[in-house]
Amino acid sequence: MEERVSGIVSLETLRRLGYLPTEDRLRKGPVAIFECIEPIPCNVCVLSCPFEAVKMEKITDLPKVDFDRCTGCTLCVAQCPGQAIFVVDASQDGEEALLSLQYDMGEPPDPGDRVVLLDREGNSVGEGKVVKVYKHKRSEAFVVTIAIPQKLLMVARAFRKVGRGES
Amino acid sequence: MFKQRRISKHPVLRFKRGKEVTIFFEGKPLKAFEGESLAAALYAAGVDVFRWTPKLGRPRGPFCMVGKCGSCMVEVDGEVVRACITPVKEGMKVRRIKGLPPINAREAPDAALNPSPLEVDVLIVGGGPAGMAASEILAKEGMSVLLVDDQPRLGGQLIKQTHIFFGSQELFAGKRGFRIAEEYEKKLMSLSNLQVMLRTTALGVFEEGILITNPEKGARLVRPKYVVISTGAFENYLLFENNDLPGVMGAGGAQTLMNLYGVLPGKEVVVIGSGNVGLIITYQLLQAGAGVKAIIEAAPKIGGWLVHAAKIRRFGVPIITKHTIIAAEGRDRVEAAVIAEVNEKWEPIPGTEKRIECDTILLAVGLTPNSELLRQFGVTTKYVPELGGLVPVRNRYMETNVDGVFVAGDVSGVEEATTAFIEGWIVAYSILLKENPGNKEWLQERERLVMMVEEYRSSPVSSKVRSGLRYVEVG
Repeated sequence: MEERVSGIVSLETLRRLGYLPTEDRLRKGPVAIFECIEPIPCNVCVLSCPFEAVKMEKITDLPKVDFDRCTGCTLCVAQCPGQAIFVVDASQDGEEALLSLQYDMGEPPDPGDRVVLLDREGNSVGEGKVVKVYKHKRSEAFVVTIAIPQKLLMVARAFRKVGRGES
Repeated sequence: MFKQRRISKHPVLRFKRGKEVTIFFEGKPLKAFEGESLAAALYAAGVDVFRWTPKLGRPRGPFCMVGKCGSCMVEVDGEVVRACITPVKEGMKVRRIKGLPPINAREAPDAALNPSPLEVDVLIVGGGPAGMAASEILAKEGMSVLLVDDQPRLGGQLIKQTHIFFGSQELFAGKRGFRIAEEYEKKLMSLSNLQVMLRTTALGVFEEGILITNPEKGARLVRPKYVVISTGAFENYLLFENNDLPGVMGAGGAQTLMNLYGVLPGKEVVVIGSGNVGLIITYQLLQAGAGVKAIIEAAPKIGGWLVHAAKIRRFGVPIITKHTIIAAEGRDRVEAAVIAEVNEKWEPIPGTEKRIECDTILLAVGLTPNSELLRQFGVTTKYVPELGGLVPVRNRYMETNVDGVFVAGDVSGVEEATTAFIEGWIVAYSILLKENPGNKEWLQERERLVMMVEEYRSSPVSSKVRSGLRYVEVG
């Protein structure tokens, strides 16, 4: 597995594991994208989902996501120890889409702040604007929702805050 | 060299610094905070060299931060101590040792033996996840339990973990490591049958009992009916040129400094080893505001869990596989790491050397079970590399070949906190069942836990542990 050398999950692998919803489902509204490709002993996502959209028989199985049940509520995003779940929303017309991810790297940005979007390798790939931030009680982690260019829906997976004086 | 070492802002941790005190370092007053170790205070003040070796005069700095090595020895008020396990005190006078250290003139207080031995049902040595888990069940069921730990706080390595834990709800999944420790500690404090002694070492096993020592309370013999050894594991060292240079530190040592005392170990760090410890310390360094130049991994693949690797890759930290460190450079502190590619035989290939400028090199190259006490008991141990070194032979109920001696956690094979908790619970029921073999509820609960730990280990990421256990798990 190439991922074991690079540490970067590929879209091919996500597709093969059934983690990518159809184009139609993406257009319908927010949905969770799991990037959990190794069967580690963990089922936090199953426990965190109020809609029973994530299933697992044994704790060492990979999660199975039911995209019809998933509402994109981000509760799994907030609690995933692997920070391996993202919620994307491509339902809006136009160039913009929404990306929600867990943030643990410092004071979160405020709604309205611009951030630099990073891909799975930490490369800057564009700019986004924060629309929502909340803190989850149990995990004490922040979930940040960012408006991003639609074309970065499956590319942007992290962000860094724009430093003072940085344009 | 980096100057601002106290972490003022952390995304997850709030450092409760105690009252400000003044200590004197070679005559110079330094600010420190009550509750922190002398090593943390000196390091925060920018001290890199803690002593010079007697023969070659090589500088030494802190390495393990938990009293397992002698790297940070200093002289305090005329006495030689390990700075990392010495709490700061107002007015203490600290001097670095050059040449041979003085012999402590005063008789150590922990040498005074309390004449009355302590009689308990169970002595538990080591208060990490395994020891805490066993203590809880045993004390709840009415056994008198003495839990000793050589550190100033319960929780083992958990207290330094800022990441959200994996596993199931019963195993605290979705919570951060240090919170799990805090909550479990609180639970234990409400149990009247449990006595906890911190900064207390179980030193030796004698016919008369087990000798424990504490710097204030002195020495005492404990005569338990049962013993649980949950002493965990210690960090491995790695051979390379200048590996004793200040700034070369264990990953666990760096965690203690950073996440317990709020002192940044370095500003530009190279991490050696891409197992979970190496990947997690990298993420923690980024959280605390340090930069990580690279993770160096000798194997052709990343050692730890992919989710941990993906987290740090997203922030641009490279993982350089098939490479090893061959030297540290610097005068009184690390200034660079020299790495080289390795061939199939793990030998560095000449001509492939690269120099990475950095101020800190962290070693995350595995752990070795802390099995000395077990061997004093006469427990049969076997060398199993998959489990980290010498590990006890035992049955699935964590019972050893010595009557009344049980094991749990990393000392029985290096694994994860989750499996350590489960093993601690298993041990508790094993002891309870010795007292009352017919109790059906306990038998059922123990079987459930054994199945649970087996399910955890059924993942491909646990294949090494599974193959290692074949050599030591009998019956």
